[in-house]
Amino acid sequence: MSGTSWGRYPRPAQQHLLMLRDRAAPLPPFSGSALPHGNGRSYGDSCLNDGGTLLCTRGLDRFIAFDPASGVLRCEAGVLLADILDLAVGQGWFLPVTPGTKYVTVGGAIANDVHGKNHHVAGCFSEHVNGFELLRSDGSRRWCSKTENADWFAATVAGLGLTGVITWAELRLQRVRGPWLGCETHRFDNLDEFFALSAASERDYEYTVAWIDCAARGAALGRGHFIRANHAAASDGPRPGRRRLGVPLTPPLSLINGLSLRAFNTLYFHRQRGRVSHALSHYEPYFYPLDAIADWNRIYGPRGFLQYQCVLPPAQAQAGLEELLRRIAASGSGSFLAVLKVFGTRPSAGILSFPRPGATLALDFPNNGQATFALLDALDEVVAGAGGAVYPAKDARLAGERFRQYFPAWNTLEPYLDPRFSSGFWRRVTE
Amino acid sequence: MRRILIIGATSAIAEATAREFAARGDALCLVGRDAGRLAAIAQDLGVRGAVRTATATLDVTDFAAHAGVIDLAERELGGLDTLLVAHGTLTDQAEAEASVDTLRREFDINAISVMALLTPVANRFAKQGFGSIAVISSVAGDRGRMSNYVYGSAKAAVSAFLSGLRQRLQKSGVNVLTIKPGFVDTPMTKDFPKGALWAKPEDVAKGIVKAIDKGRSVVYLPWFWSLIMLVIRNVPEFVFKRVKL
Repeated sequence: MSGTSWGRYPRPAQQHLLMLRDRAAPLPPFSGSALPHGNGRSYGDSCLNDGGTLLCTRGLDRFIAFDPASGVLRCEAGVLLADILDLAVGQGWFLPVTPGTKYVTVGGAIANDVHGKNHHVAGCFSEHVNGFELLRSDGSRRWCSKTENADWFAATVAGLGLTGVITWAELRLQRVRGPWLGCETHRFDNLDEFFALSAASERDYEYTVAWIDCAARGAALGRGHFIRANHAAASDGPRPGRRRLGVPLTPPLSLINGLSLRAFNTLYFHRQRGRVSHALSHYEPYFYPLDAIADWNRIYGPRGFLQYQCVLPPAQAQAGLEELLRRIAASGSGSFLAVLKVFGTRPSAGILSFPRPGATLALDFPNNGQATFALLDALDEVVAGAGGAVYPAKDARLAGERFRQYFPAWNTLEPYLDPRFSSGFWRRVTE
Repeated sequence: MRRILIIGATSAIAEATAREFAARGDALCLVGRDAGRLAAIAQDLGVRGAVRTATATLDVTDFAAHAGVIDLAERELGGLDTLLVAHGTLTDQAEAEASVDTLRREFDINAISVMALLTPVANRFAKQGFGSIAVISSVAGDRGRMSNYVYGSAKAAVSAFLSGLRQRLQKSGVNVLTIKPGFVDTPMTKDFPKGALWAKPEDVAKGIVKAIDKGRSVVYLPWFWSLIMLVIRNVPEFVFKRVKL
């Protein structure tokens, strides 16, 4: 338990860590402000509380009940999605929605209302949450669902932990026929092709996502790979190795720079010779390619990195993306993994839920100080101009004014905030 | 399938070990002080695959209550073949130096209660002709050190007791395992700064289950503590007494 965030920026100077281990117990005494902290996979400072206390929930990692007939699971909030997969896949159940890492807690998945490659059919994580218990600093406990304390449900879903501690939750898993996915990868040369592929795949494919070469310029701008997949009927196949690679230490400098980026992106684009390839993939490499490398965030060196994920409304999506890609390519500060996906139209449940109709782009940038921050501000101009938004779970630098523009309903959260809870992110964007 | 009684079942190492057993479908009786936490752990183990779980509350220094708890476990699980003793407190050394009451209480919890529980279970296992006894002692019991010799000497008593018990039960088909964890990141050690030597309870738990299955006698967890303690045990006393450890 380190009390840091995944981007390793910013670094909190001082936080007091308190471990929660008993879901029935009252919160331990703390002075100043507190914030629930799960597995620390939020990228910026939404899971940090510099100068205050973190209520670490990983000790709340017990299952409560699982019905293998209905797929309804009750568990404590510190259970990892990885634990759920270990329990459920063998019994024919899978997460209804999963982000790109399985090392997040259930509480964190609710508090950020995470989404996945199936957003266009399944919506956000909270769509599959029957309810959860919310424990406040005054000792009160509420069961929150879409029908009971529905206002508290809407405030706590994507509420960044600011409304209280989620102690346990009830989820509905989805039925699958095994751990395999049938995947199809299409190479595309520009954003026109991407949008056409995405629209053509939405109905028949549960999972769609694209990787985009954000070092490409000119005619190559917007090229990438589009991957669509469905759970497969196959019950067996080559199991991936369980061996987990790791980055044992933090190199003194970021290994990600302009040179390595262009080379990687170009190689990756040409990895696939033909236009289309088919494969049967186990869910681990398909959903969680980076989880295979423990502590991969260390490759960005001691200064850490910044992730930027934005969404642009449908009408502005293509022009906006082109402008974003032009600005990124011009800066020379590209991203290893630029991920592009078209969200569906299902309404998000949380006041601060990020997903909304449109195209979402996620990028990693090594922290090169001022230059990086200036680039991200320039990207914000495009996103704000298009009426889009940036994802708080990934943010470490957004100006308060921008946040309030992206989430105009932000202050309707106010009556639900726990008066003794706060976070680095919240102070930054509201004070 | 094992029928397992765990004393001190809410401890982090015991809970992690119980999950290993549950995942392969064993039956477990969990004993501790806090009924609510025991119930939460029992639910969890049930979801993870335990065929049967039972719980009982016990303060280990209530010696008169020991027999009742062992009977209950045997009844609930339909027999008993494995005992894991995992309870204990990390003694505040300064307090135990200042107060004989503290010293005696710590010995009751960490040494006498362990031996008191082992005695009737050992007799039952000897009589039935099979069984596995595993007890969490500590590397601290290998040599008394100024920083924690009250805790260490209680653990030394447990280790010596287990060594004798192992010899005695050898012929009866009962295995006795002495577990000596090094530094483990648990609530018991939450106030210590953590370095590279610290292990996670889940890793120690895997080591415990493996050692029980293999019928080992003494196991250091993680393994490298056997080397560290080999050195510490063999430092000559005239040097050792001048070192601060």
